[in-house]
Amino acid sequence: MFSKLSSKVNFIAVTLLFLILVVLRETGIFNNYVMGILMLACISIIMTASLNVATGYLGQLVIGHAGFMAIGAYTAALITKAFANADILNGSGIENFFRFIIAIIAGGILAAIFGVLVGAPTLRLKGDYLAIATLGFGEIIRVIIQNLKICGGKGLAQGSAGQALIGINRLADFYVVYWITVLSLAFLFCFARSRYGRVLKAIREDEIAATAVGIKTTRYKILAFSMSAFFAGLAGGIFAHYLGTLAPGTFDFNKSIEYVIMGVFGGMSSFSGSVIAGTVLTVLPEALRSFADYRMLAYSVALILVMIYRPQGLFGSYEFSLTEQLDKYFDFTNKVQARKEKKAAEKKAGKAAAGEGGEK
Amino acid sequence: MSDVILRAEHLGISFGGLKAVNDFNLELREGELVGLIGPNGAGKTTVFNLLTGVYKPTEGDYYIGETKMNGKPAHAMVEAGVARTFQNIRLFSNMTVIENVLVARDRKFGYKLFSAFTHPKSFWKQEAQEKERAMELLKVVGLEDKADTVAANLPYGQQRKLEIARALATDMKVLMLDEPAAGMNPTETAELLEIINLIRDRFGISILLIEHDMSLVMKICERITVLDYGNIIASGSPEEIAHNKYVIEAYLGKDDEEE
Repeated sequence: MFSKLSSKVNFIAVTLLFLILVVLRETGIFNNYVMGILMLACISIIMTASLNVATGYLGQLVIGHAGFMAIGAYTAALITKAFANADILNGSGIENFFRFIIAIIAGGILAAIFGVLVGAPTLRLKGDYLAIATLGFGEIIRVIIQNLKICGGKGLAQGSAGQALIGINRLADFYVVYWITVLSLAFLFCFARSRYGRVLKAIREDEIAATAVGIKTTRYKILAFSMSAFFAGLAGGIFAHYLGTLAPGTFDFNKSIEYVIMGVFGGMSSFSGSVIAGTVLTVLPEALRSFADYRMLAYSVALILVMIYRPQGLFGSYEFSLTEQLDKYFDFTNKVQARKEKKAAEKKAGKAAAGEGGEK
Repeated sequence: MSDVILRAEHLGISFGGLKAVNDFNLELREGELVGLIGPNGAGKTTVFNLLTGVYKPTEGDYYIGETKMNGKPAHAMVEAGVARTFQNIRLFSNMTVIENVLVARDRKFGYKLFSAFTHPKSFWKQEAQEKERAMELLKVVGLEDKADTVAANLPYGQQRKLEIARALATDMKVLMLDEPAAGMNPTETAELLEIINLIRDRFGISILLIEHDMSLVMKICERITVLDYGNIIASGSPEEIAHNKYVIEAYLGKDDEEE
């Protein structure tokens, strides 16, 4: 009951935010540059939230996340290009929308498949060892992609880094991306609040104890890892269709670290933290652009301060709940409940009156 | 006597050249409470690890019911009905008390990944059902008012109880308790005794107990098996064990002067 109310509240809040953004964009207060940054923020949010599943909930430090993003980006880009060449769904408006959605989901699925392939052998490792292994896999994926002929490379046998993949239709529309982000977050949040999220946390806390109560830990680990990869692939697909060009080397080690930083900054197992960190750490470097070279200094200082004063990240594992806040200040849930009961009572009274009328 | 629920025949394991457990035989019948005692380093916990699938036996056979369980992984042992607690408590420390129990009930949840993403009505119904069941188990060990406390914040004795509740949540037939009274004060031990009796009456399960607290062992065990240096040196009723020459030797050492 309570949870359903809170999901309604959240939906209304998200829609309101959306409408505000629509107004700001349509009136020109937010120009294309600002909207572009917000789009990048959405991508960061999806990336950080997906990393949260593997690193926050499952507790495995993954620093090859950009590799999955790359798989999604290139897959999605190649699919929309192929569609355009074959002239399928290559019109405007709604056709482009479907082409985009199909492409990014396909990118996500391929990334998830690679998540299973990479996860199955590496998830037997623990801690630092796993981190290094994922780092290695992330780099392998990147190097292979940038040498593949289809992605602008010269072929694997040639062995030299290739050209950028250009001419990707810039299909990513902010309105669509906004809702994809909302949906992804909703799915991930629900997942984390289900038996799956609970089991992942248990594995993080004590793997031996989890096995001792009958949990097939390997299965759950691979599931979480590939799910995390799926959303990274999805974000990669959006990224490709926002930029229009995919340069080799975009998805390198630094990119992976960037998302780990966002995750740690926001709090490793908090999706609210992912949203705040994804937004702030994407917007901050841009907002500080006028300070030129000093901006990265400010960025670093912000990180250091957070790590000193809140080592668990801004949110830790706390999730911000709008309904809770409303309850705190307006006694919201009880009021809604009371109104519902009143309505039901009125209805009943109305029915009774009608029944009496019928008898007469 | 009723059916044998767990049977170990000539079970053994060696680590390199060291024989940690050798020729271990045990029969556990339905509803029985058997104690496993022995001096430090005798191999008691190793036996537990063999019986719960943490180690794979290098010799002998192991049956749960009629099924041969040699070398099966730990989660398969739980599915077959054997659950355990640990000598050094292993809880999911940063999770709440009720979450700890719910994790152990994970197999009982019917909903799948799709429901986990979308939270339909059936999801809430099952969650509520299992929560209710978990609360019942917490009531058994007297932790029902601590359901939303983070497990790490519980006092030591209650952590032990929570571990028992979590093992119970797997719906097991055999419960293996590895030194449940370790570090407990006399009041807590008395409470533990009550809980053990309660879960035997209520769930009709068999219990295999490792314990150092002799008064506890002598009070509740129907049979006792004594290990020393990985070998069974005695097996029988508490009275027999208490007067067994080898057992006294193992615990107190040989009295050389007498001979």
